[in-house]
Amino acid sequence: MDSETALYVNYLPVLLGGVVGFILIFTALIGSRLLAPFSKERQKLTTYECGMLPIRRASTNIGMRFYLYVILFIVFDVEAVFIFPWAMSFLGIGAFAYWTMVLFITILALSLGYAWKKGALQWR
Amino acid sequence: MSVELFGLSFNPWADAAIRLQIIVGFMTVVVMGLIYAERKILARFHQRIGPQRTGPKGTLQSVADAVKLVGKEDLRPAAADPWTFELAPYFVFIPIFLGFVIVPWVQGWNVRILELGILYFVAISSISIVGWLMAGWGSDNRYAIIGALRAAAQGISYELPLVLALLSAAMIAGSFQLDRIVEFQDTVPILVWQPLGFFIFFVAALAELNRTPFDIPVGESEIVGGPFVEYSGIRWSMFFLAEYAGMLIMAFVGSSVFLGGYAWPFGEELGLPFQILISAAKGGLFIFLIFWVRASVPRLRIDQLMGYSWKVLLPFSFLQIMINGLVLVYDLPHVVLLVTGVALLGALFWVTDGIARRPLQPRRKLARVLAVQESEG
Repeated sequence: MDSETALYVNYLPVLLGGVVGFILIFTALIGSRLLAPFSKERQKLTTYECGMLPIRRASTNIGMRFYLYVILFIVFDVEAVFIFPWAMSFLGIGAFAYWTMVLFITILALSLGYAWKKGALQWR
Repeated sequence: MSVELFGLSFNPWADAAIRLQIIVGFMTVVVMGLIYAERKILARFHQRIGPQRTGPKGTLQSVADAVKLVGKEDLRPAAADPWTFELAPYFVFIPIFLGFVIVPWVQGWNVRILELGILYFVAISSISIVGWLMAGWGSDNRYAIIGALRAAAQGISYELPLVLALLSAAMIAGSFQLDRIVEFQDTVPILVWQPLGFFIFFVAALAELNRTPFDIPVGESEIVGGPFVEYSGIRWSMFFLAEYAGMLIMAFVGSSVFLGGYAWPFGEELGLPFQILISAAKGGLFIFLIFWVRASVPRLRIDQLMGYSWKVLLPFSFLQIMINGLVLVYDLPHVVLLVTGVALLGALFWVTDGIARRPLQPRRKLARVLAVQESEG
């Protein structure tokens, strides 16, 4: 098998897996639709709360602190993606590649330290 | 172009479909077994009996639950966003289901061997966070949106230590392909060289699966079920199917990356039945550890939870990668890895213990607050 065919054969289940997973849930929901009772009572469709109707939509305001974590996550996730190819190839290049990555991780560790000092990691 | 399966050759599409169908059946049965096992094992920890009425020793409890859930009314609140609400179970379940593609159950028993297995696994499994967010946002309920945001924050925070711990193990094995990693461990499991990595992986896996002590997204006592507040019946059970399927995958990926999967000890020599035995035993052990932690450890506070990932696990996993690189580049003996790993693990336990004992507010501030309250009242 040449590499292109291998790629096709290997990643075909990933495509089909999406379809199979979709069908699995879809049939379960259809089964429930056929078996489960349905009432027309409107009170059942109100939002779950402690006995009162909620004011305004719930999904409007989101805390700022979540945003800070997302920004940090993007920085470090991109870094992880950089480390992935390095981890497999640095042995072929030798000590230079290793120390380059040490420098890279040090810079990022400094940035993590900066975020820590600024209080971005502290949940308030 | 054809693929071998059961000694016959198939068209790749048919082959993939058959393998995935086997996985679907296997997953459903194992998930039902896991739900029963969890209830029974937790009952033992709590000195109760657990399910006992349905079937012999309560073994049919999961089947009874499934039948009940299919027959339950499936409500969608009037205020919910229809598309987001309806699609959320798919977005939670499908990414986790796709993780089954790479799991190396036993030698030659897998859907596919992907060259970038670990990268694929971490990339695909994190998509389900989107599903959690959709569930919370679509329900239009304050509890649900809080739970969803917590799930997202926790999921992305603990993903980094998880990825880096898997990466450090892959560095030792020299490959991202799970089968090659397992075969690398035929004499010594990677756990011996990476005790710190395994601990970080285990903690991060608990958090990714939203298991106790990291179950604040679904914290029943405060936000009544988190993103699933508004879900009922079979739609609700799909989230649970996804949770237990995720646990199954995480256990088998963890046991094949760190504990030697089907190869250690003597997996290659003693053949298939023995491989099935050790693979299942290791996966079962991993899952039992998850249940054990659930029975023993109380739920974390959110500030402890977020801080633990960013301030403790992340620096330690970077340190582990740098040490691995040093040992591999300068060709030092692997014993160095064992010694530094155990030392760092001790340091990590010490730090964790210190954090666990620290109160929420500094003591002096608390004393001031109490003094003010006393003078006022």
